[in-house]
Amino acid sequence: MTVGSFFAMGGYARYVWPCFALAISILLWNVWSARRYHAQALKRVRRALAMAGSNGS
Amino acid sequence: MSVGAVSVLRLVLRRELTLSFRRPGQLLQPLVFFLIVTTLFPLGLSPQLSLLRDMAPGVLWAAALLASLLSMDGLFKGDSEDGTLEQLVLSGQSLTLIVIAKTLAHWLVSGAALVVVSPIVATTLAVPVEAFPIMMLSLGLGTLTLSWLGAIGAGLTVGLRRGSVLLSLIVLPLAMPLLIFGANATDRAIGGESAAGALYFLAALCVFTTTLAPIAASVALRITLE
Amino acid sequence: MWTWFYRLASPPSVYRVAGVFAPWLLLSAAVFIVYGIIDGLAFAPPDYQQGDAFRIIYVHAPAGWLSMFAYTLMAIAGAVGLIWRIKMGHAVAAAVAPVGASFTVLGLVTGSLWGRPMWGTYWAWDPRLTSELILLFLYVGVISLRAAFEDPNRGDRAAALLAIVGVVNVPIIHYSVQWWNSLHQGATVAKFAKPSMPGSMLWPLLAMFMGYMLFFFGVLCMRVRAEILNRERQASWVREVVRA
Repeated sequence: MTVGSFFAMGGYARYVWPCFALAISILLWNVWSARRYHAQALKRVRRALAMAGSNGS
Repeated sequence: MSVGAVSVLRLVLRRELTLSFRRPGQLLQPLVFFLIVTTLFPLGLSPQLSLLRDMAPGVLWAAALLASLLSMDGLFKGDSEDGTLEQLVLSGQSLTLIVIAKTLAHWLVSGAALVVVSPIVATTLAVPVEAFPIMMLSLGLGTLTLSWLGAIGAGLTVGLRRGSVLLSLIVLPLAMPLLIFGANATDRAIGGESAAGALYFLAALCVFTTTLAPIAASVALRITLE
Repeated sequence: MWTWFYRLASPPSVYRVAGVFAPWLLLSAAVFIVYGIIDGLAFAPPDYQQGDAFRIIYVHAPAGWLSMFAYTLMAIAGAVGLIWRIKMGHAVAAAVAPVGASFTVLGLVTGSLWGRPMWGTYWAWDPRLTSELILLFLYVGVISLRAAFEDPNRGDRAAALLAIVGVVNVPIIHYSVQWWNSLHQGATVAKFAKPSMPGSMLWPLLAMFMGYMLFFFGVLCMRVRAEILNRERQASWVREVVRA
């Protein structure tokens, strides 16, 4: 099998490659989105702590 | 004063029906909507009778589902707005019974009314008269099941902003099996074949939903109100 | 007897444990997925009927399975939160929803792309794809419902009830759609022809299933930690953790 025939996927390249690209993208999106969500939650907690700190003790 | 279960059902049912009939205009809205929606399809597609007959089961059922959903929003909203709903929840009477009575009353004036009107609509879609009994039976079972599903959705969305859109979003996917079997029963009746299989399944869905949905709907109400 | 469970399921311990597990889960997922993709694309033999197009199964089938698994998990977690009032249940349910929905989308799009060379059309109301589509609607419903409430506790409980109602309906929907499709089976529409699987085709597929599952749980750990922070903002243990 040559590199060319590998990319051609027996003529089905334009169906196969977008599928794999989409799969990788969705996996990456999940990781990115989860990290962002966690960061936002941390930020919110820190902000609440800062406000409580400045108000009370 | 403890009131028996049947009395609760009777009282709430009578109250709901009395309230509904005080606004006869509002009662007509789902029916008119049903008529209008079914008119959209011939206008959008073709007046050819054979084509209409083929489409009829799907069109009738989609329109009936949408028309029922349209009024489902009002199941708890009126009472929620004037505080009666909270009184009912706190009343100490079984909330499930109250939900059953309210939903039945609602179905009588919307779903059942649709069933009564359906022959008129079916005629405009070239459905043969012989198919009417099965069609009406399937619509009856289907709209009743939909009312139960709608009660769960209404319980979950009462008081929410844009609640009615969310209600449809929640209920329609759950109603798709109804549509499949109900339309199929009507289709077979039109074709002169036995609709027994589809009807049995529709009836099974109806019984299943009738037993479980009221409990789910009363849980939903407690979640949103307490 | 249950105290160890309650302690294990307590927010601070879950926060800690999930934080430890997440990177390992994701790492091992990466290993399985990389192997699965490379083997599936380059070394598995082409299918007799579908040629190289069948390779889409390596990203499609695990996605479809995971979308169903995730919904069931979401419903169970919601039930734990609703019935036993264990708040971690709601945190897990909320974390699962977007992940499960994303895999449903993946399953739908890859399924549609796979369908194009097989059926000649991007969408042919195949029973499995149609069921996946309805499942997506159910996900969207649960996510929207939770978001519509101002009080997050109410939102959690409402979403949990809806997920439970949904999960009961999923088998009904599956059966109905399959039945509906079998009635209207046209000559040109075929179900997804499952290629008969010799070992060289099967191993990468199993690896992908494993990889997707590990990945799912890894991402779930990350999201659950964020959900815990959102829900336990007031608790003292959170302050210690955040200051660190």
